Amino acid sequence: MQYTLVILLLPLLSFLLIGLLDSKLKPSLAGNLGTLSLAIIAALSYYCAFDYFTADRVNGVFQPVIMQMEWLRFSDSLHIDLGLLLDPISVMMLVVITTVSLMVHIYSLGYMKGETGFQRYYAFLSLFTFSMLGLVVATNIFQMYIFWELVGVSSYLLIGFYYTKPEAVAASKKAFIVTRFADLFFLIGILILSFYTQTFDFATLTAGNSNILSETAGATFLGASVLTWALALIFIGGAGKSAMFPLHVWLPDAMEGPTPVSALIHAATMVVAGVYLVARLFPVYFFYSPEVLAGIAVVGAFTSLYAAVVACVQTDIKRVLAFSTISQIGFMMVSLGASGFEGHEGLGYMASMFHLFTHAMFKALLFLGAGAIIHAVHSNEMSHMGGLRKYMPITHATFLIACLAIAGIFPLSGFFSKDEILAAVFHFCPILGVVMSFIAGLTAFYMFRLYYNIFWGEEHKHEHQPHEAPKLMTFPLIFLAAVTVVAGFIPFGHFVTADGMLYDIHIDMTVALSSTVVALIGIALATLMYRKPTQIPATLAKSSPGLYKAAMKRFYIDEFYLFVTKRVIFNCISRPLAWFDRHVIDATMDGLATITQQASVKIRGLQSGQLQRYVLVFLIGVLLAAAIAIIVYLA
Amino acid sequence: MYELIINFLEGPVPMEAYLIVSSIMFFAGIYGFIARKNLMMMLISIELMLNAADLNFAVFNRYLYPEQPEGMFFTLFGIAIAACETAVAIAIIINIYRNLQDVDVEELNQLKG
Amino acid sequence: MAEQIIFYILAAVIATFSIMAVSTKRIIRSATFLLFVLLSVAGLYLILGYQYLMAVQIAVYAGGIMVLFIFAILLTHKPGESAPSKPIAKRLLIALLSVGGLAFCTHIIVHNVSKVYSYSLGTTGSDIKYIGLTMMGTDKYQYLLAFEAISMLILACIIGGIMVARKRK
Repeated sequence: MQYTLVILLLPLLSFLLIGLLDSKLKPSLAGNLGTLSLAIIAALSYYCAFDYFTADRVNGVFQPVIMQMEWLRFSDSLHIDLGLLLDPISVMMLVVITTVSLMVHIYSLGYMKGETGFQRYYAFLSLFTFSMLGLVVATNIFQMYIFWELVGVSSYLLIGFYYTKPEAVAASKKAFIVTRFADLFFLIGILILSFYTQTFDFATLTAGNSNILSETAGATFLGASVLTWALALIFIGGAGKSAMFPLHVWLPDAMEGPTPVSALIHAATMVVAGVYLVARLFPVYFFYSPEVLAGIAVVGAFTSLYAAVVACVQTDIKRVLAFSTISQIGFMMVSLGASGFEGHEGLGYMASMFHLFTHAMFKALLFLGAGAIIHAVHSNEMSHMGGLRKYMPITHATFLIACLAIAGIFPLSGFFSKDEILAAVFHFCPILGVVMSFIAGLTAFYMFRLYYNIFWGEEHKHEHQPHEAPKLMTFPLIFLAAVTVVAGFIPFGHFVTADGMLYDIHIDMTVALSSTVVALIGIALATLMYRKPTQIPATLAKSSPGLYKAAMKRFYIDEFYLFVTKRVIFNCISRPLAWFDRHVIDATMDGLATITQQASVKIRGLQSGQLQRYVLVFLIGVLLAAAIAIIVYLA
Repeated sequence: MYELIINFLEGPVPMEAYLIVSSIMFFAGIYGFIARKNLMMMLISIELMLNAADLNFAVFNRYLYPEQPEGMFFTLFGIAIAACETAVAIAIIINIYRNLQDVDVEELNQLKG
Repeated sequence: MAEQIIFYILAAVIATFSIMAVSTKRIIRSATFLLFVLLSVAGLYLILGYQYLMAVQIAVYAGGIMVLFIFAILLTHKPGESAPSKPIAKRLLIALLSVGGLAFCTHIIVHNVSKVYSYSLGTTGSDIKYIGLTMMGTDKYQYLLAFEAISMLILACIIGGIMVARKRK
């Protein structure tokens, strides 16, 4: 399967080509070049997936394909390799990433048309695709870390694409700093893990029964095993990228980037990197520190609930979608945390990956649809929309499909994946299951609130008639909608499971029914409140102003961070350090410079260019030397 | 008294006397070189110093190694070089005067221009 | 004895006119005093028995260089103009230093020269034919190379002098 290398190298090539030529290239050529290379690697990925999943199973498990070369050798056992690892989840991720990326590339041809920096945009998209693909096929945790950071950089570049807008600049910095902060823990986790296990390799780490891990489990620190610490730290890294509470603050702000970028990076691919990381190391988590796994479940559930509540009151449609994304990633995390390992126990793992797959499709669809709407009305605010279904039939239809999918209505893909997750969570802990079901209901509610506010309700006065998006933009919508409709019927358990064994999905009727009922209630509530303009939302908001305002302000998490950074860290740590730097370190340097300068001013007098003065000094010198000679001679 | 003078003037001239004369010339040259601001005066001072050196060569040659005439030849070449140096220096001085209408050395403290 | 007397007269002339040459205000006088000094030095060469050197000293210095000096002075000075010296304090300092240096040298000469060297007088080098052969010879203690080097130097000086002094276009 050597051709998979091309999947990795082609986007890099395209990034270098478009990035280096930049404005020398005609915008349309740059766009077509990027899209073409993406189309090629998407086709290759599909072929690769086909190739991989039709190969024979050994002992009922798809054999991982590893191609790697040694890069850095620290000791005989500890070395960093670069290479490709193909196993069920990485192949699935290849398909997801290339599909969504291809759709975004096509969509951007229409959406970004005429923007300054069009070529730069496509260069960054290629860079992002390259790093994301490198991340998922990494053979070892260090390679993953390298690409992890590359992903962070390209996300930073793309969020700050409109670098003349102060909000975009602030958002890109925020995203970079927050994820970088989390990555610090990730790195420490990697170092601890590799120090104790003497390996970076995923294959060695996840072999399950390997001795290195059980030996490591012996060492303890602060009451928990070192391995637990390492895994918890690695999870913090994942939580930063996947916007888990309390490191989620960057994601809503990241919506300042171009909408297709939000669809690609901040909905479908990069933000699930954390989920992917946990899934990648799942056997280690499961066998050696189930407590961390439980923690992941709790964090995921809390994040999910928090984001769902906040999403209910936001008015910026992209923000709603952003919080919805956080909430759905929470679902995936919960599912992973609740998962067992073998057979039916491993349902959560499978469900998580399944949801990752379906969510990527319908969330990308939602974002692209939102992009089309923003393109039409030139605003992100819900209040500027309403009644758009007449003007934008295709967008309307596809958006509706996506909303139904995320709400979990049969037979759309979201139904299947969410159902599996709920079943797994109920199996793990019924209380958590109830909570997750409630969140599912909330999801349905806020999605339909969004839907009704955009397409129904009171028509807002537009400066010019909104119109359907061009074909380049509607094609990806239709394609993704089609995938969303049929993806649920993929027998996912045949491909991706925790232990690699074949597993047939059976729909748990009680869970399925209850979740559908909850979703329908959510939809019904939304219909009641938002289909026609009513006073109900305003009344509700008035009845509990505290809660409403808190949710509107995202429960003051941002303000809390600002307080901590500006008031506490800046004042108590940074200011004294700055003072020290300025008045002690800089002053020393300044003093040296001043002394040198003064000395040179004094010395300069000697170099006057006056020949006679030179001779005089010379004469004095000779006489002094003579005097010294005499004194020495006499002595 | 008369005898004292006769005794003093007896025999050849002592070498120290020559050397002291040349020292006086030399230090007079040094004084002139530093104390005078006029370029021509500096050149005259240089001639004095060179002459003192030439005289020393001849004196040492005569008194210490009379078999070989190296000192004399050195003096000869020294005179030739002094002539060259004076010619070039005067050419430069005339050029400076033509440009600046002055030959005061304290005005000449810029190398370029 | 006559030699001694002549030497002391010449020595006195040299000392006096050296100092006068560097301390007089009028530059043309200074040049004249220098001429006296140079002629006296020629006399010293004669006492030492270097007749040829005396001739060269008079011809080159008193004849050639002094004429150059006087022309240069005439070209660069207005008649009656005096050449300025430095301020009196500075001149005193320099004079002090010079006298100090002179005292130092005199001390060394008087105390050391007779200690180290016992000297004898000879008369080699007065023969013109000998001088000519030595200057043109290539053997040991003969100076053709130095002679040619000096001639190159003089050529360079001629060209350099013309280049420096000619009028710029």
